[in-house]
Amino acid sequence: MKRLDPLNAIYSRLEERIVVTIMGACAAELQSIGHRPHFFYLQHAMGLASSMGLGIALSKPDRQVVVLDGDGSILMNLGGLTTLARYRPRNLVHVVFDNQSLLSVGGFPTATATGTDLAGIAAAAGVPRTETVSMLDAFTRAFDEALGAGDLTTIVAKVEAVGPAAFVTDLSLLENRFQFARAIRS
Amino acid sequence: MSPVSTSNSRIVYDSLKACGIRLMSALPETWLVHLIRMAEEDAEMTLVRLAKEEEGVGISAGAHLAGVKSAMLMQNHGFLASINGIVSCAQLYHIPLLMLISYRGEFGERDPWQTEGGGVTEDVLRALRIPFSHLDRADQVPARIADAQALALSANKPVALLLCRNLMWEEGG
Repeated sequence: MKRLDPLNAIYSRLEERIVVTIMGACAAELQSIGHRPHFFYLQHAMGLASSMGLGIALSKPDRQVVVLDGDGSILMNLGGLTTLARYRPRNLVHVVFDNQSLLSVGGFPTATATGTDLAGIAAAAGVPRTETVSMLDAFTRAFDEALGAGDLTTIVAKVEAVGPAAFVTDLSLLENRFQFARAIRS
Repeated sequence: MSPVSTSNSRIVYDSLKACGIRLMSALPETWLVHLIRMAEEDAEMTLVRLAKEEEGVGISAGAHLAGVKSAMLMQNHGFLASINGIVSCAQLYHIPLLMLISYRGEFGERDPWQTEGGGVTEDVLRALRIPFSHLDRADQVPARIADAQALALSANKPVALLLCRNLMWEEGG
């Protein structure tokens, strides 16, 4: 599946929740479907989207938080999975779009292309619910189950290494940051 | 008995609480043991123990955006390990970030492995244009922490306080 397919499939659920994405294709594609004030796109600092999600989830225990991560990003912060598991925010759903490549910098393969199992790593780190899916219907089911389960979940979604033609959008980084803070604090 | 000062750790901790800090991320280091224990025993504080310090930048950024005041406790080597997060998350997105950094490797250091990081800490802070000050006298701690947090919040940027040997270590030499 292409990343845009699962994003479209769960968009109505995202609209009701706090969302943090990684940079690049994931951010641009979610914006192409529709930006919302409670969507934050971490356009750099690779690896820290999951940590930001943890900080938000601990600070807003009554709100569900969805982190849209990627294989290249989470591979830069595997230790963060152990921190995530340690504090086990039950209001956090962690989706990793695994396209087995660093798409935005030329498509070079990541370690998942040669067998690294991110859901396995998450499970071994102590994340209580993990799953790897490669079909759209399986992804949508896994995502809805995670929302309903009320427990920390990492879903690794295998997607094609394709993305939008451009990654820069007309939403400035600081506009996004201040709008997001105002939206989720209220 | 650990020669790390319990009373001065308490002054630092209470000063952080007085600024409204309710979340701390930390990676254990000798000088921070009492501060981490105080956070752990305080029902009003959320303590997040990290695997690596850079995670703390993301956690603090998330907490700030969600309206919770936080601080990072780390060794200067942890600060060095956090730099991309500080630049590409906290500075890029104008996030106030209160960093308490134990200043190892300065005069009086007896652990050879700490000495190289001690020599570059202030230069790196200056290169990153991070305002910083030293915490080396107990009587200055409350005001200096309050002032650092005030600047972090008004400027929306990272600030650093260097926890010095004179404050944190009670054993002579």
